[in-house]
Amino acid sequence: MTQSLSHWLLDEAPGSRRQAVLGSLYRGLLAILSNPPGLAGLVIVTVLVLIAIFAPLLDRGISPIAQDLGNRLAQPSAAHWFGTDELGRDIYSRTLYGSRVTLTIVALVSVLVAPIGLAVGTLAGYLGGWVDIVLMRITDVFLAFPRLVLALAFAAALGPGIENAVIAISLTAWPPYARIARAETITIARSDFIQAVVLQGASTWRILLRHIVPLCLSSVIVRLTLDMAGIILTAAGLGFLGLGAQPPTAEWGAMVSAGRDVILDQWWVSTIPGVAIFLVSLGFNLLGDGLRDVFDPKETS
Amino acid sequence: MAGMIDVQDLRVSFHADGRSVHAVRGVSFSVAEGESFGIVGESGSGKSTVLKAIAGLVASESSTLAVHGRPIAQRRTKADRRQLQFVFQDPYASLHPRQTADQILREPLIIHGLDRHDARIAAALDEVGLKPEHRFRYPHQLSGGQRQRVAIARALILRPPILLLDEPTSALDVSVQAEILNLIARLKQANRLTIILVSHDLGVVAHLCNRIAIMQAGKLVEVLTAEELRNGGAREAYTRELVEASRGFTRAVAAL
Repeated sequence: MTQSLSHWLLDEAPGSRRQAVLGSLYRGLLAILSNPPGLAGLVIVTVLVLIAIFAPLLDRGISPIAQDLGNRLAQPSAAHWFGTDELGRDIYSRTLYGSRVTLTIVALVSVLVAPIGLAVGTLAGYLGGWVDIVLMRITDVFLAFPRLVLALAFAAALGPGIENAVIAISLTAWPPYARIARAETITIARSDFIQAVVLQGASTWRILLRHIVPLCLSSVIVRLTLDMAGIILTAAGLGFLGLGAQPPTAEWGAMVSAGRDVILDQWWVSTIPGVAIFLVSLGFNLLGDGLRDVFDPKETS
Repeated sequence: MAGMIDVQDLRVSFHADGRSVHAVRGVSFSVAEGESFGIVGESGSGKSTVLKAIAGLVASESSTLAVHGRPIAQRRTKADRRQLQFVFQDPYASLHPRQTADQILREPLIIHGLDRHDARIAAALDEVGLKPEHRFRYPHQLSGGQRQRVAIARALILRPPILLLDEPTSALDVSVQAEILNLIARLKQANRLTIILVSHDLGVVAHLCNRIAIMQAGKLVEVLTAEELRNGGAREAYTRELVEASRGFTRAVAAL
């Protein structure tokens, strides 16, 4: 059964549009699976997503916000696998639920940043002229600010909270995507296959959305995955400074911050969420590297 | 003489960094309905630029640029686009790398709001000698000759009366070149197409075209019929030189 499925997917002469699309996706998946670092990244990110989805099943019945002041800063034990924090909350449970906050931020930032970057970049690259000049100068202005500082300023001005952290991170993260998309668009727009759709009478919107954006997408996705680590760190940094998720929400950066005063005596309070941040950043970086190898046109064509 | 295509005093210049290059300097010709018109010349003679100017891919100036006696503006309407379609030189660059043959052929049908997509695509593939199994392949799963067939199918699926061909065989293997040339000749007959074919290969042009224009340095040197060219009836010295130069290596093709 699996044999015939993979045969069907790898068929050189697909019988329908669906089979052709699924086949090329399957080839990409096989390429990632045969790339050990990429596979490690994919596993870490998949585990993270599963943990975030199934946190209520995995938390052993302990709420991440239930306080037990009699049991503050308890060592890791059978009752509390990763110990408890300064308010007696279970760190294992808080770390599990913290993955939800991290994933929410990552997902929202991706949803905001990729379309903005793609839209600005492809428009500038395809239309050229003054549109290009205006859009790229705006991009330069945003690029000129150091990322964390600008995010801090936005978060401080808009008020602390996850939504505002997302907006702040997105505002500082889109310019590189616009740059990438513009560079790709300029090369693609000159190619014969774009000239061919121009000659068929396609509108500019159609050419951009159906012919140029799909080709820019792979490099944008790779960049986004590689940027995830930076986004997670920025979010954790904002949380650490108290400008991200607000108590009592479990957020890894804020948890590290809370354990700062007791880091020498009760190391687990800061270390566990720190390890979580590290692992997830590493996972996204490895996945990004793997995706870059898969999408690399030199490899696939 | 009002033909299918009328070109009077066509000029194209490119400007960059304060320098301008006059690629085409006043070219005039007219192509009758159902005729095959060839343009030959060495690299840089402006022959491909003439074709691109007629297609509207490069900006041009002319006193007349008319199709079916109706002038066409620099800004083409969808109806203008449907009149003439283009086949590019390099089939490795002219097909979208992430689209299957099916999607590539569907695109013009969607743009022009035509119906019966599946039937039309199947017919177009059959017309250029591709099998149904090629329909859902990506360009990288097709050979060079098959890609050029897809490109020709894409050009013909809108049923244009005019087909512009820019060196359609020069990027292909010699063995495949003849197949594609015969395909073009057959499609021209079947669809009563008017063709303008650009090539640097006199043999290819003499094989397909009734009349042949020789270009040099952005100007038309002369226009000959295929017989005149074959029988050495060239009037201009440059044409004779070109024929002489091509004889060395295209004798086999010219014998077609």
